[in-house]
Amino acid sequence: MTTPEIVPTHNFGTRDPDARGYFGAFGGRFVPETLVSAVEALTEAYLEARRDPAFRAELTRLLTHYVGRPTPLWEAARLGAASGGARVFLKREDLTHTGAHKINNALGQALLAQRMGARRLIAETGAGQHGVASATAAALLGLECVVYMGTEDMARQALNVFRMRLLGAEVRGVDSGSATLKDAINEAMRDWVASVADSYYLLGSALGPHPYPLMVREFQSVIGQEARAQILAQAGRLPDAVVASVGGGSNAMGIFDAFVDDASVRLIGVEAGGEAITIGRHAARFAGGAEGVFQGTRTWLLQDDDGNVTATHSVSAGLDYAAVGPEHAWLQSTGRAEYAWADDRAALAAFESLARLEGIVPALESAHAVAHVAALGRELGPEGIIVVNLSGRGDKDVQSVANLTGGRA
Amino acid sequence: MSRLDGTFARLRAEQRTGLVAYVTAGDPDLPRSAEVIRAVDRGGADVIELGVPFSDPLADGPVIQRATERALAAGTTLARVLDLAASLRADVAAPLVLFTYANPMVRMGIPAFARRAREAGIDGVLVLDLPPEEAGEARASFVAEGLDTIFLLSPTTSVERIRRAAELGGGFLYGISRLGVTGARADVADSAESLAARVRAETTRPLALGFGFSRPEHVRAVGRWADAAVVGSALVQVVAEHAGNPDLGGEVERYVRWLRS
Repeated sequence: MTTPEIVPTHNFGTRDPDARGYFGAFGGRFVPETLVSAVEALTEAYLEARRDPAFRAELTRLLTHYVGRPTPLWEAARLGAASGGARVFLKREDLTHTGAHKINNALGQALLAQRMGARRLIAETGAGQHGVASATAAALLGLECVVYMGTEDMARQALNVFRMRLLGAEVRGVDSGSATLKDAINEAMRDWVASVADSYYLLGSALGPHPYPLMVREFQSVIGQEARAQILAQAGRLPDAVVASVGGGSNAMGIFDAFVDDASVRLIGVEAGGEAITIGRHAARFAGGAEGVFQGTRTWLLQDDDGNVTATHSVSAGLDYAAVGPEHAWLQSTGRAEYAWADDRAALAAFESLARLEGIVPALESAHAVAHVAALGRELGPEGIIVVNLSGRGDKDVQSVANLTGGRA
Repeated sequence: MSRLDGTFARLRAEQRTGLVAYVTAGDPDLPRSAEVIRAVDRGGADVIELGVPFSDPLADGPVIQRATERALAAGTTLARVLDLAASLRADVAAPLVLFTYANPMVRMGIPAFARRAREAGIDGVLVLDLPPEEAGEARASFVAEGLDTIFLLSPTTSVERIRRAAELGGGFLYGISRLGVTGARADVADSAESLAARVRAETTRPLALGFGFSRPEHVRAVGRWADAAVVGSALVQVVAEHAGNPDLGGEVERYVRWLRS
């Protein structure tokens, strides 16, 4: 079988929210006054950049020769055999430079920052992958980079903290609130409010005020563009389901995007079920949350009866976040996408089984998507075809998994 | 004419610089917060802003973040802040403005929130992360209940948006005198004067300038360009330092009186 040559392409401008940044009832721009002009200017600059052939050519060049795209679509035959016999394909974002899908967005936005004349990037990070990707893009383009990271996450992702510093970024620990991703975003926004004149806020997921949910999804749309062409070439038809983990939701939006108009393809997002679906012990927004306004956007979030954001828990730092990107809230409300959750135990089991069955150690975030495959494969049976976004590699998690299992592998 | 309109008309008639005092409601707890608010009123604040504690105060600096944490730990909620305001309304002369993030209000339901705020005797509402573009529904509910919608202006706000805020807002406009989060600074920023000049060129609506002020000379300086100065973090810091002091109210009253000297 010959595979047609696939070049990294994006889906720009075909599925925009309305002019105020709303996907149905979700999205918008709920920001302090000082940032309104900044998000307006960013929107204008982004919409202009995505139309500019030179900008797109430079992004494609970087994705091809620096990131290593296209990433393979690997048929995981042993995982499939263990999952009711369905054909399971892994979109190997773990094989990108820096080891996760985050680099697709970080390079796109860093190019935009450079185009807008910023000299300094601000980023937040949970698992550290977006921080590493931002630090990498900053090094490549000669920009200054400050990364905010919860101190809780710094402890469980120590390797990535070191990588960011090695790349020349300044990592600032955040110990307010729960000392995780949401607190890092609060602190990054506080920085941006003060430094808006010369700094660019490089948000890492499909969250926050317009245009971030649109822009991040479009920079990640390369994943779905490639995966759709690859599955048609390799399996001869569209898949029955596309599965991705959902923290803020950028890897999921990136792969869902190409399949949204393919009505026969189920889009399945997998949230973090943590220890249990009770307040403070999970991060499954659609299982235990409600609509609200948080960190710039109207979406689903985990909150108490008084509107305060509740604590979250997940073994995976990248999914340990109280709100979900607004486009997911919209896809859920229309029924176009469905959302499940996998708990810590299932994710750890999937982490190990993918290593044993396929020789691939996934990020704990991606392991949540893999955890959903067994049940789905049994449901679909041997005729079924599943594409899973393997959003990142698990090197960063090896130490914390070893600690959790007492060193038993 | 709303109570806030009356206050600012009087300030202009008397050619006096107003003092808008911000406290985090429920800090350090609800009973002592009541004492603090009464003391701020006795000290002569012209408007009192009650900050509603929220779990993720992304526009606030460390002093108000800590106050928020104390208030939340003491069980303060939006509903209890409204009860607190209702219990004080008869004794407090100054207009009361609620200063909140959007989500607690959204969670309560905006029409229900507006009704309860009016019943509690609240005069105006400022929602920090609800710029005019997102405020349509809230403003309609506030107007229906006779509450003034207070909008923020910043050094980065365009002339068109200053006009829109002046047109849609009520009571007064709150000018953020410098970029950044809340917190006391040594000096009045140059950006305060230029923002005030830009606002004055567009509207006659009363203007209060805030962010960074902590001393009577700051208040006097602001008076050259605006109707009133807002003092927030510095006052919250006084509350924090004297939280365990039996004379908390006296300390707060003396500080507010000093600001007006």
